[in-house]
Amino acid sequence: MNVVTPPSELTPKDFTTDQEVRWCPGCGDYAILKSVRSTLAELGVQPHNTVFVSGIGCAARFPYYMETYGFHTIHGRAPAVATGLKIANPELDIWVISGDGDSLSIGGNHLLHVLRRNVDLQFLLFNNEIYGLTKGQYSPTSHPGTRSPSTPMGSVDRPVSAASFALGCGSRFVARSIDTLQKHMPTVLKRAHQHKGASFVEIFQNCIVYNDGTFNRFTDREVASDNQIDVVHGEPLIFGKERDKGLRVRPGSMELEVVTIGQNGISTDDILVHDETNRILATMLVAMDPPAFPVAIGVIYCDPADSYVDAVRAKTAPLGNTVGKSDINALLRKGHTWNIE
Amino acid sequence: MAVTAEEFEEDNPRSVLDSVVIRFAGDSGDGMQLTGNQFTLATALAGNDLATFPDFPAEIRAPVGTTFGVSAFQINFGASGIRTSGDMLDVLVAMNPAALKVNADDLRVGGLAIVDTGSFSKRNLDKAGYAENPLTDGSLEKYKVLEIDMSRLTRESVKELGLSAKDGLRCKNMWSLGLIYWMFGRKRKPTVDWLKTKFKKLPVIADANIAALNAGHAFGETAEMPAEVTAYTIPPADIQPGLYRTVTGAEAIAWGLVAGSQLAELEMVFCSYPITPASSVLHYLANMNEYGVLTFQAEDEISAACAAIGVSYGGSLGVTSSSGPGVALKTEAIGLAISVELPLVVVNSQRAGPSTGLPTKTEQSDLYQAVYGRNADSPIAVLASRSPGDCFDTAVEAVRLATKYMTPVMLLTDGYMANASEPWLIPDFETYEPFPAKFRDDPEDFHPYLRDPDSLGRVWVKPGTPGLEHRVGGIEKSYDSGHISYDPANHQKMTDVRAAKIDGIANDIPLQEVEQGEETGRVAVIGWGSTYGPISRAVSVLRDEGEKVSHIHLRHIHPFPRNLGDLLKGFDKVIVPEMNTGQLVTILRSEFLVAAEGLNKVTGQPFKIAEIETAIRARLED
Repeated sequence: MNVVTPPSELTPKDFTTDQEVRWCPGCGDYAILKSVRSTLAELGVQPHNTVFVSGIGCAARFPYYMETYGFHTIHGRAPAVATGLKIANPELDIWVISGDGDSLSIGGNHLLHVLRRNVDLQFLLFNNEIYGLTKGQYSPTSHPGTRSPSTPMGSVDRPVSAASFALGCGSRFVARSIDTLQKHMPTVLKRAHQHKGASFVEIFQNCIVYNDGTFNRFTDREVASDNQIDVVHGEPLIFGKERDKGLRVRPGSMELEVVTIGQNGISTDDILVHDETNRILATMLVAMDPPAFPVAIGVIYCDPADSYVDAVRAKTAPLGNTVGKSDINALLRKGHTWNIE
Repeated sequence: MAVTAEEFEEDNPRSVLDSVVIRFAGDSGDGMQLTGNQFTLATALAGNDLATFPDFPAEIRAPVGTTFGVSAFQINFGASGIRTSGDMLDVLVAMNPAALKVNADDLRVGGLAIVDTGSFSKRNLDKAGYAENPLTDGSLEKYKVLEIDMSRLTRESVKELGLSAKDGLRCKNMWSLGLIYWMFGRKRKPTVDWLKTKFKKLPVIADANIAALNAGHAFGETAEMPAEVTAYTIPPADIQPGLYRTVTGAEAIAWGLVAGSQLAELEMVFCSYPITPASSVLHYLANMNEYGVLTFQAEDEISAACAAIGVSYGGSLGVTSSSGPGVALKTEAIGLAISVELPLVVVNSQRAGPSTGLPTKTEQSDLYQAVYGRNADSPIAVLASRSPGDCFDTAVEAVRLATKYMTPVMLLTDGYMANASEPWLIPDFETYEPFPAKFRDDPEDFHPYLRDPDSLGRVWVKPGTPGLEHRVGGIEKSYDSGHISYDPANHQKMTDVRAAKIDGIANDIPLQEVEQGEETGRVAVIGWGSTYGPISRAVSVLRDEGEKVSHIHLRHIHPFPRNLGDLLKGFDKVIVPEMNTGQLVTILRSEFLVAAEGLNKVTGQPFKIAEIETAIRARLED
C-alpha cells in the first residue's frame, strides 16, 4: 500500500466532497457537517483512514459530503456494518451517523449492541424528534401530543431518551451537544474521537420543515443560559445567566435539585462537582429537562473499558495471510483418517 | 479388571451380506447420536461404503420416554456403492418403547428388532402410547424380535466400578453398540480409544463405558441366540483408493470456506446468529482462528448479514450463514450487497416448512428464496451442495464467485446434509487453483464503479487506501462516476449490467455433465442438493436393467450451466425429484420451455430410492 504523509495543515475544505449538499435550507445538519469537517481538520486525521457509515434518513446522507471513505447502508443497520468493518480492519477510524428514527426505532437493537460491545467508533445521533425524509411522521423521541401526518390527533406514546438509553446499554461514553453550538460541538466531538470504545454523542438538531423549534425550550437565546448546563469533569455544576444556579443532591433523597448560590445559605461549596466517571450521576444528568431542570450538554459520562475488537483480537491468533495450502491439507487430515488401497 | 478390546477367535463362520441398514433409536438422552457416530467410524475403518442419517428431535431434552423425545441414527453400509442412508431398516435397535413405537414401521418385514426389555415398564409403555405391550400382543409378528434386558446387563457389567445406578445405566448405549459390533464384526479399539480420550478426566466413566461395550460384545459371542440371529460379515466395498475420513456437511462447509479464503488470499470473518440446523458451521469455525478466521456472533440475523457486508467493505471476506427464516431476515442486506457490489457468501442450511416449521427436519424449499426472494431485480449466484463431502468444493466455489464477481452468492445445503456424515476421499489441496482477490490502489482515473471488462465485477478498494476515498451506498449510482444518480436511462443500464454480470458467470463454470447415462434418451432425472444419493441409486438400478435413463445433478443453479437447456431437450421426459412442492421444476420450465415434471416430497425425510425408482418406471412405461 502507498504511504502518504498527510498534508501538515488540513482544512475543512480537505474533507469536503464535490457533491451538492441536499438538505433543506436552514437544516441543523449543515451546522453539524461544518462542525465535523472543522473538527477532523483540527484533529489532523487522515482522510483515507476515516470512514463514515450511515443508515437511512436525512442524517444518513452525511457520508456523501465527507471527503473520506463513506458507506451509506440500510435503515438502522449502520452499527452492524460498522462493527463488521472494524473487525475486518481495526485501524480504521469509524464514525457512524444516524438519526432518532434510524437508531432508536428500526435500528434500536443494533445501537444497543454496538454500545454494549463497546466497538471503537464514534456514534453521532442527530436527534430532531421527527421523521424528516419520509415527510414528517412522529418519531420515538417525539414528545407526546406531536401532531404529524401519522398522528393527526397528536401522538400518545412516551418518548425514549437517547442518552438514557445509551447509558442503559452500557455505553462508556455519553455526550451531548446542540447543532447551533459551533464552539461547543467540536470540543465534544474531539473527546468522542479521543475515547477508545463506542462514543455516543446525541446532537439536538432542529428540523426546520417538520419540527421547527422543538428544542426552543432550552435553545432559544433568551432561555439557553438558564435551561442548559454544560457539564465539565472536575468543575461544579453551575449554570444560569448570572452563573448563580447550581445542582446538588437534595438532602435526604436520591435526586438532584437546582439551588441558587447566595440564597438559603447555599455557597459554591454546596454545588456538586461533575465526575464524568460516575454512572449514577450521569443517569440523573441525562434525565433533566426544563422547566424544572436545565438540559445537560457536554461529556456527561466517560469511563473507558476494553473495546470489543481489541478484546477479540487479543484472544485470538493474529490474522494475516499466513495460511498456506499445506495448512489446509493438514486441517483436512486432522483426526481419524484411513487409507483405502 | 480388563477393560481392553482384544481380538477374538470365532468358532462359527459368519454369514455374508452385501449391505445392511441399521437404526439406533432411543431417548434423546440415551446417546444414540454418539453410538451412531462410533458405529460409522468403525464401519468406515472396516472398508465398507456407507451413508448416515441422524434424526433428532427439536427439543433439547424432551420428557424421558415420550415419542417426541426419540432420537435416532441410521446407517446404511455395504460392499458396493452406498448412496443413501437406506429405504427400509434391516436392524432396529430400540432402547425404549417410544423408540420402538416411532420406528417399527420402517423395519422391513422379517427385519430384526433388538429391544431393551428392561425399559418396557408399564409407565414407559403408557408414555409411548402403547395400550398393550407390543412384545407380548403379537403386533411384532412380522419381525424377528431379540428381547434383551440391556438395562440389567449394563448395570451388572459396570457393577464393580462403584457407579451410581443412574451413571451405570447411562452406559447402555455402549452395551448395545458392543452387541452390534459383534453382530457385524466391527473392531472395538477405535471406540475404546475414543472413550478414553473423551473421558480423560473421568477415568471411571471411561472404564464403565468400555466395560459395557465389552459386555455387549461378549453377550453376542456367548449367549444362546435365537436361530435366526447370527453374526454377519460385510465384505469391504470397492472404493476409490486414497485417504479417507468421515465428514459432515457442516464441517465441510467450514473447511471449504477457510480453504476458499486461502485461495482468495483473504481473511474471513464469519458472522452468524444461532439457528437450527445451521449453527454447527459457526461452532466449527469458532475453533479455527489459526486459519485466518474470525467469527462474530451477531445480535440478530440482520446484523450478521450487515456485519459480513462491513467485513467485505473492509477488504476481507464476509460470510453469513443461517437457515431459511434467518435468510429471510437477511434479505434487505443481501440487496445492499447487490447494489454496492461487494462479495458476500450466504450459506443456507435449509430446514422444513414456513415459519418455524420443522427445524430439525430436512427440506429443499428455499430455492425460490435463493433465486428470486428479494425485492426488485436483484440477481445473485446460487449454488447447491449435493453431499456432505461436496460441501467443501461448493464452498470454495462460492468464495471464488463472490470475490471475482463482487456479488452475494447463496450456497444451499440442508439439515440432512449438514448433520449426516459420509466417508470422504480427502482432496489434495495443493491441486486447487488460487484465485487471489485484487484490490485497487491506483488513484489514476479511479471511480468506485469501474468494472473488470471481462467479469464485470466492480473494483474492490480497501478503506485506508490513500487517494481513493469514495462513497458507496444503496442509492442507485451513475455507471460512469459512481455518484448518486436518479437518471432513468442510467438505472436501466445499471440494472442490466448487474444482471449481465451474474449471467456471465455461466461462461466461467463447467458445462453440465451427465452423472450417469447418455446425453440423450428416454428419461432424464435432474436434481440438486441432497437428493443426489437416492436419484443416483435409483438411476443405476434402472440402468442395470438396461433402461435409457440418465441422471443430471446441478451444482450451479443460478446461472445454469450454458448447455443445460440443450441437454434437457435431448430427452423424451424430464423428471425433477425435489423435497419441496416443485421449485427447480418451475424454474427449468420457465427458463427452457421444457415439459419437466416434478416428483415432490415434503415429509421432512429424505427420498427413498424406491420412491424415485417407481416414478421413473412409471414414465418409462408411458
